[in-house]
Amino acid sequence: MSTVAIIDYGMGNLRSVAKAIEHIAPAATVVVTADPVEVLSADRVVFPGQGAMPDCMGELDARGLRPAVLEAARSKPFLGICIGQQMLFEHSEEGNVPGLGIFKGEVRRFPADKMVAADGSRLKVPHMGWNEVWQKQAHPLWANIEDGARFYYVHSYYVDPADPSIIAATTDYGIPFTGAVAQANIFAIQFHPEKSAQAGLQLLSNFMSWKP
Amino acid sequence: MLAKRIIPCLDVSAGRVVKGVNFVELRDAGDPVEVARRYDEQGADEITFLDITASSDDRNIILHVVEQVAEQVFIPLTVGGGVRTVDDVRRLLNAGADKVSMNTAAVNNPQLVAEAAGKVGSQCIVVAIDAKQVAPGKWEVFTHGGRNRTGLDVIEWAQRIAALGAGEILLTSMDRDGTKNGFDLGLTRAVSDAVSIPVIASGGVGSLEHLADGVTLGRADAVLAASIFHFGDHTVRDAKELMRARGIEVRL
Repeated sequence: MSTVAIIDYGMGNLRSVAKAIEHIAPAATVVVTADPVEVLSADRVVFPGQGAMPDCMGELDARGLRPAVLEAARSKPFLGICIGQQMLFEHSEEGNVPGLGIFKGEVRRFPADKMVAADGSRLKVPHMGWNEVWQKQAHPLWANIEDGARFYYVHSYYVDPADPSIIAATTDYGIPFTGAVAQANIFAIQFHPEKSAQAGLQLLSNFMSWKP
Repeated sequence: MLAKRIIPCLDVSAGRVVKGVNFVELRDAGDPVEVARRYDEQGADEITFLDITASSDDRNIILHVVEQVAEQVFIPLTVGGGVRTVDDVRRLLNAGADKVSMNTAAVNNPQLVAEAAGKVGSQCIVVAIDAKQVAPGKWEVFTHGGRNRTGLDVIEWAQRIAALGAGEILLTSMDRDGTKNGFDLGLTRAVSDAVSIPVIASGGVGSLEHLADGVTLGRADAVLAASIFHFGDHTVRDAKELMRARGIEVRL
């Protein structure tokens, strides 16, 4: 069974991600690590992130993890979660900072003027709770997950890819936004599979058996 | 569409779930892991733990509870009760909580909200507001279970903590808490309309209809209840089926 490295750069609690993977893949070795060598020797890599993107980018560089993340994103089954998805893009409106630039596009804040529900009430930001994830392409990570299944989101910013062909799922919240992107060995999602009950565990299980 | 959330709340004392009977007698109601798992199976959208441990010596017990629950229940967990410092927040998050709720400490030192949100992100910071009506259309913030008044207007306080970086408000009507007469819908709607962050309605739920009213009439983003689920009269699934029948978007 494989080794999966969860990249720990000091932003947020990674315990839930680790526990969820241990739960669905008891034979796997799960390491939460800030060591580039461990990241590069793992079979699979999970790149999470919580908090604000400027802090996340700062901590990633302060720990010297950028080269390992870029290499893992080039060569291994790679799962970005939440800010770990946003950081793969060129630039974020949050703090006006550059990201890793693996994908072309911008990380945007939900536009205040579009945050109105059908009944006229205000849509709150952060977008917090269970929303429908509409699959936009067939992908092994969607195996046994219904189109429109609900996943747990908590975020104020979303990715806006320049290349629409990488969009793997969208969700509606005032506007339709990109919930997941996929390209070659990379799959990256804005929602939290580790907090999304059965659907989330299924996605993590699909990731653990994925052979891109 | 985003689903409205149903959040069962568990009071935890010295590592056990307890049920209050007439606010005096606390009765043991089981192992937190077992109870949390049961609610997860019923379709709870999140679970909130309120640590009501009296002795500060026992405070660390809640960390073990959170660790154990987070290993087996894969939905968001919020923990509140006795949170006073950013270190308290961090310890709970590291144990596996997704959000931490603060109440009195935020009133005593509003900067704590900003400091904590700056360190761990707004999405992890819930501010609990205990509100009592003081005049028609006017509510005041209270602490210590409704005993101490603060002089703060609830609407102004809600807007202030949202500006300081709170990610969510847990709004409890102290007038309704324990009455089973339903949420204070005027209060809920006034706060929900006044802020751009999500509001959880709490206090007074006696029927499943009350939960639906909190969303439709109170415009709450989520509804929290304890006793209605604890005593086995209703499951979370029952609540969601009723809400769906009333046209509310839920996760079923």
